[in-house]
Amino acid sequence: MVAGSYSREQVLEWLAKVPDPEIPVLSILDLGIVRDVSVDEGVTVSLTPTYSGCPATEAIESSVLQALKRHGVDEIEIRRVLAPAWTTDWITEEGRRKLLEYGIAPPSTSPDIACPQCKSLNTELVSEFGSTACKASRRCCDCLEPFEYFKCL
Amino acid sequence: MNREQALLAYTLRLADNALILSQRMVEVVAAGPELEEELANANLALDFIGQARMLYTHAGHLEGRGRSEDDFAFMRDEHEFRNLLLLEQPNGHFGDALVRQYLFEAFYLHLLESLTQCADPGLADIAARAVKEVKYHLRHCSKWLIRLGDGTELSHERVQTSLDEAWRYTGEMFEVDEVDEVMQSEYAGPDLVAIRALWQSEVTATVAEATLTLPGEQWMASGGKRGQHSEHLGFLLAEMQYLQRSFPGATW
Repeated sequence: MVAGSYSREQVLEWLAKVPDPEIPVLSILDLGIVRDVSVDEGVTVSLTPTYSGCPATEAIESSVLQALKRHGVDEIEIRRVLAPAWTTDWITEEGRRKLLEYGIAPPSTSPDIACPQCKSLNTELVSEFGSTACKASRRCCDCLEPFEYFKCL
Repeated sequence: MNREQALLAYTLRLADNALILSQRMVEVVAAGPELEEELANANLALDFIGQARMLYTHAGHLEGRGRSEDDFAFMRDEHEFRNLLLLEQPNGHFGDALVRQYLFEAFYLHLLESLTQCADPGLADIAARAVKEVKYHLRHCSKWLIRLGDGTELSHERVQTSLDEAWRYTGEMFEVDEVDEVMQSEYAGPDLVAIRALWQSEVTATVAEATLTLPGEQWMASGGKRGQHSEHLGFLLAEMQYLQRSFPGATW
C-alpha cells in the first residue's frame, strides 16, 4: 500500500477491532488507552497503560502492530505515554455498555453498584482485588451471583 | 554531586524500593491466608514491578549508557542496591509482612504525591501513574492492620510484636543525605521533614484504631540508601537474579 493512502478514520476503525487481551469484549478504543493517532508517512499510535504493572501492555502493543501491518501499514511507531495517567473516566459509553453485557459492572462513583445479572442494588464488596488489578470482586445479595466490578481509578 | 547524578541516584533508589518489596511479596504468592488476599498480594506486587520497570527504564535514559531495566535489576550486586533496609527484611508471618508493607506504603504515598510536582518530567509522570495505585495499597494494608490489631488476643499480640520489630527500620525513610538535598533544591523534590509529619500522623491514627501501641523513640538502623545492607538482601538477589546470572542475556 502506498504511504498516505489510508486516513486517520480508517486507522481508528482498524484499532476499534483490536481487543483488550484481558477483557476481550472491549476494544482498546473502548478502554480509552489509545491517546493519539497520527497519520503521515506512517502511522504513530500513542498508548497509555491502565496500571503500572499491567501485564497486557506489551501484548496490546504487539496486537496494534500486527493489526496495522495486516492492513498494509509499513511504517508504524508505537509510543508509550504515561501522562496524563489513565483513568476509568476514559472508558467510553459504548465500553461501559459492553462491560455490563459481559457481566462486569462498569466503574461508578455511586456507592451502590448494580448487579449485572439481576440489576439489584443490594450488592456487597467481597474484595477490592479480583482476577486483574483493575477489578474488584462483589456479590449480589438478592440473586447471590458473584460478579466483577471495574473499579474507579 | 551534580544535579544529574543526584537525579539518577534518586531514581534508582525508588526503583530498588519497588523491586525489592515486590520480590518479597512474590515470594509468598500461592501462600495467601485466603483467596481474596492471595489475589490482592499478587496484584499489589505487580503494581510495584510495573513501577520498578518504568523507573529503571527512566534511569537507563538518564544514565545514557544503554543499560536496560533488566541490567539494573539482574546484573547489579548487593552493594549497588539502594533500597530501604525495611523492604529487604524477610517475610516472617503474615503480620510481619503486612506491617512492613503498611509502614512503607504510608510513606510511599506521600512521597509519590510530592514527586508528581517535581521538576523532572519523567519522574513526575511515573509518580502520577503510581500514586493512584498506591492509594489502594495503603487502604488495603490499613484495613488489615486494624483487623489484626483489633482482632483476637493472639492476632493483637503477634502484630504488636511485628510492629515493634519493624519500627527500627522506619528512621531510614526520613534520613536526608546529599541525594535528597540536591533533589529537593534542584528538582523541587520531596521534603522529607514534611513527609515525616504526614507519615507520623497517618501511622499514629491507624495504629490507635488497631488498638496497638506505637513503639517509642529508639535506635534506628540505617545503611540501605548507601548500599550497606542486612544479610538478607544477598539471599533475595541470589534467587531473583539466578537466571540472568546463569544464562546472561537470556530473553523470552
